[in-house]
Amino acid sequence: MEWEIVIGLEIHVQLSTQSKLFSGASTRFGAEPNTQACAVDLAMPGTLPVPNEEAFRYAVMFGLAMNAEIGKRSIFERKNYFYPDLPKGYQTTQLEQPIVGPGEVEIHLEGGSHKKIRLHHAHLEEDAGKSLHEDFQSMSGIDLNRAGTPLIEIVSEPDMRSAVEAVAFLKKIHSIVTYLGISDGDMSQGSLRCDANVSVRVKGTDKLGTRTELKNINSFRFVERAIKVEAERQIDILENGGSITQETRLYDADKNETRSMRSKEVANDYRYFPCPDLLPVSLTDDYIEQLRGTLPELPDTKALRFQSEYQLSVYDADQVTQERASADFFEAVCKSCGEPKLTANWINGELAALLNRQGITIHQSPVSAEQLAGLISRIKDNTISSKTAKQVFEAIADGAGNADEVIEKRGLKQVSDTSAIEKMVDDVIAASPTQVENYRKADESKRPKMMGYFVGQIMKSSKGQANPQMINNMLRKKLGELL
Amino acid sequence: MAVDTQTVEKLAELARIAISKQTIEEVSNRLGDVLQLVDQLQAVNTDGIAPMAHPLDEIQVLRADKITESNNRKDFLELAPQTEDGLYLVPKVID
Amino acid sequence: MHQLTIAEIIRGLRSKEFSSTELTRHLLGRIQQLDGSYNSFISITEEKALAQAKAADQRLADGDAPVLCGVPIAHKDIICTSGVRTSCASKMLDNFIPPYDATLVENLNTAGTVTLGKTNMDEFAMGSSNESSYYGPVKNPWDTGYVPGGSSGGSAAAVAALLVPGATATDTGGSIRQPAALTNTTGLKPTYGRVSRFGVVAYASSLDQAGPIARNAEDAAHLLSAMASHDPKDSTSLDHPHTDFTAGLDNSVAGLKIGVPKEYFGEGLNPETASRVQDALKELEKLGAQLVDISLPHTELAIPAYYVIAPAEASANLSRFDGVRYGHRCEDPSDLRDLYMRSRGEGFGEEVQRRILVGTYALSAGYYDAYYNKAQQARRLVKQDFVQAFDKVDVIMGPTTPSPAFKLGAKSANPIAMYLEDIYTIATNLAGLPGMSIPCGLVNNMPVGLQITGNYLDEARMLNIAHQYQQVTDWHKASAV
Repeated sequence: MEWEIVIGLEIHVQLSTQSKLFSGASTRFGAEPNTQACAVDLAMPGTLPVPNEEAFRYAVMFGLAMNAEIGKRSIFERKNYFYPDLPKGYQTTQLEQPIVGPGEVEIHLEGGSHKKIRLHHAHLEEDAGKSLHEDFQSMSGIDLNRAGTPLIEIVSEPDMRSAVEAVAFLKKIHSIVTYLGISDGDMSQGSLRCDANVSVRVKGTDKLGTRTELKNINSFRFVERAIKVEAERQIDILENGGSITQETRLYDADKNETRSMRSKEVANDYRYFPCPDLLPVSLTDDYIEQLRGTLPELPDTKALRFQSEYQLSVYDADQVTQERASADFFEAVCKSCGEPKLTANWINGELAALLNRQGITIHQSPVSAEQLAGLISRIKDNTISSKTAKQVFEAIADGAGNADEVIEKRGLKQVSDTSAIEKMVDDVIAASPTQVENYRKADESKRPKMMGYFVGQIMKSSKGQANPQMINNMLRKKLGELL
Repeated sequence: MAVDTQTVEKLAELARIAISKQTIEEVSNRLGDVLQLVDQLQAVNTDGIAPMAHPLDEIQVLRADKITESNNRKDFLELAPQTEDGLYLVPKVID
Repeated sequence: MHQLTIAEIIRGLRSKEFSSTELTRHLLGRIQQLDGSYNSFISITEEKALAQAKAADQRLADGDAPVLCGVPIAHKDIICTSGVRTSCASKMLDNFIPPYDATLVENLNTAGTVTLGKTNMDEFAMGSSNESSYYGPVKNPWDTGYVPGGSSGGSAAAVAALLVPGATATDTGGSIRQPAALTNTTGLKPTYGRVSRFGVVAYASSLDQAGPIARNAEDAAHLLSAMASHDPKDSTSLDHPHTDFTAGLDNSVAGLKIGVPKEYFGEGLNPETASRVQDALKELEKLGAQLVDISLPHTELAIPAYYVIAPAEASANLSRFDGVRYGHRCEDPSDLRDLYMRSRGEGFGEEVQRRILVGTYALSAGYYDAYYNKAQQARRLVKQDFVQAFDKVDVIMGPTTPSPAFKLGAKSANPIAMYLEDIYTIATNLAGLPGMSIPCGLVNNMPVGLQITGNYLDEARMLNIAHQYQQVTDWHKASAV
């Protein structure tokens, strides 16, 4: 039987406001526990919430970027449940009239195909604090610094059909929120968190299967692996005649498996009702239109522009525009060196690998845009070969200075002087009588391959600094003369 | 309208209030009295009447995004029954 | 000195007949000596009061003192006072000392008032007799065998017993007006949003409103002028310019149209109470006011709507009391659930638990539409009655309560009978309108209150009417002690 996986995502994005959604406490990450939890965040008796204007601005910007309806009148509800990281005993959130209504966005898949994913809605809500389980015998410690940080919860329709599509959607959301500058999108710090609703059904049928909710799968890689392994689990159960229990499951990355979260099993009744401490928020058309005018160029538009302005391939353009920072980096490098294709290759290749290795973002790149442009310029004017360039790049990354300094200091300048090249070629022919003899006797069609030996010898003796193009030309000429 | 003790137990669980076995009967009866009182509402026709969550038709005023609060952890932690290393302590939270 | 009204104290302090320190000492002594009989205070803040009085005397001597400078008052114990226990008369908050002031306390401190202490109340303001306090019931100074009303029974009793000339209070369904009526004091619940709720521990957020209890309308006007403000810390606070509520007290009430709703004089109203209220209305007619018969047809929906909405909001508002960050925590909780269940089971009294459970029920899956939503629709019908009435009349008057004070314990076994105490006051809260109770006579030597309900933000007119009435009558001067 052929199975189809159906996936919907719920993505929580922390908004990068200065202060919290309902209080004037700082949202800075990494402070000492409970030093950024004010009376309102701690739900001290008698305290009241006052909503943050910037959080609304950010949410509307997101809605506009998703081509979504904007809730001109939105209201906050209370979602009631007891948990120690939730000081008020209810979360202030939106249910009936969220700030962002239905919308849609395109995801890009390998091979250049595109697919539309629908947004169900997105709403503003407050984040909870954190429970820390280490260091206290049979106790948990509660840090409420994060309590009250503004979030938008983005709820997709169940439109994704594979783990790959789910990751592409998550990446798209990441890309949009970072382009808009409304979140730092840092998944390692929990700025962007993802839950996935996963079900399977026999391909060709319409009815949705029973779904499970995978909680807190907080990296692109885990999202992909968790969905895959959960779908396999469900298919396995169904193929053995079993049935799926609707439940919340936790992904265990170490074991690469999902397991039931028993604590969430107790049937909950959240008793939502409109928060009486907050009034309806009303937004005017003028306000919304004015915000639309301030939206930055978004990834899809930018990718199209890069294709036409820089003649990048669809793939290169998509890659380089996925993150605003890398697109900005690309444009800075390109402006300085005038080599779009090479620039894209270097950013998507060596630089991406380097950042990945060091686990850092392009903001923290040890090679600046100016340095990369300098390096590419030296490739372009034949001062160094592409191969040497990789060596120079590593040196720049290690803090050895810019390309020119490294080339100069280490004597990596490519030899492009005709008489020097000629001497190298003569030397290798003189030193390799056997190989020359074999070359002469060989069939015409096999000769180009055999030339590799001579090139290799020259590169070895010149420490890679000989201009490979010139070597090739000179060798072909000299060996030809011996035939 | 009577409320059975099972319902009361469910409500007490949702509201996280321990009710002793001895008093649950009485609580059920009292709750039933109150619900009988509020059930008078069922008699009135409210078709087409918008629910009213606030007495006045005011619109929310939003606050500028400024940090106005400073660290008062010491004052607040002093109010707590059990703390350690700047954290509030509770019996172990199990996920 | 304890018989002085706030207006008289303001004059006396300026003419140097006495100092704030002398007055404060005198009243503190009186509380010490007499409050054992009334139990109207939960905390007495002697040291702070004397320091505030000393500072006030200095300002008075310097000549830059604001109007209320040096006037002693008390705060209901649901209103947060920095460094002073704020218990809500609950075991849950018996040890709670907030590090912040409510905005209204800040306003009164700025105005120079001297805080003598925190007054007793029904636990979390849930009650109409002041018998649900963790610190024991308050007794009515008119007869200590009777209740003073609630939930602001401590504030009302303290003013009636001449322990303090004025006090702050809160009113969610009648908690200022009903005890004012039962203790022969003047109490005003302002328009919803007139006084900031920041720092007032929430019972039912869309109904709660703080206001003054005093010995006459002029004093209430002084207190309200200082309490009211637009507060950016309270989203529901009204952005309205500051008003001096004493400015129009001497205006004439000739031509005033007083609506008299027939529903407020029906079954359940004590005939003698009705007769005192009728007398008061006749008195106002003599002052040139015109009585207009009106109808508020949805009056009977007010109580059932209130007992859905208030408990629903309360059930969420009181979730923060969980034994984690402040307040009562049970001994040796075995796990997290046990911590919650026992801390809340032990910390909350019976009536508070009952209302939380009712509210939980009204909001729970399957009942929301039939209860919560229906009640919010009924609420609009109640409000519309008032809006239509105010097209025809300037104010609405009737009895504050169906009968004078009842005996301690008389209704504590029957919550429904207790709830009906607020039958005339609750609709005002549902609509967010200002309401007031002023003394209008005695029945068997127990006080009767006249309720004045005004249009939105029309407190100045209500105070003006009350003041004019008090110029031609002496009921408000009748003393319990």
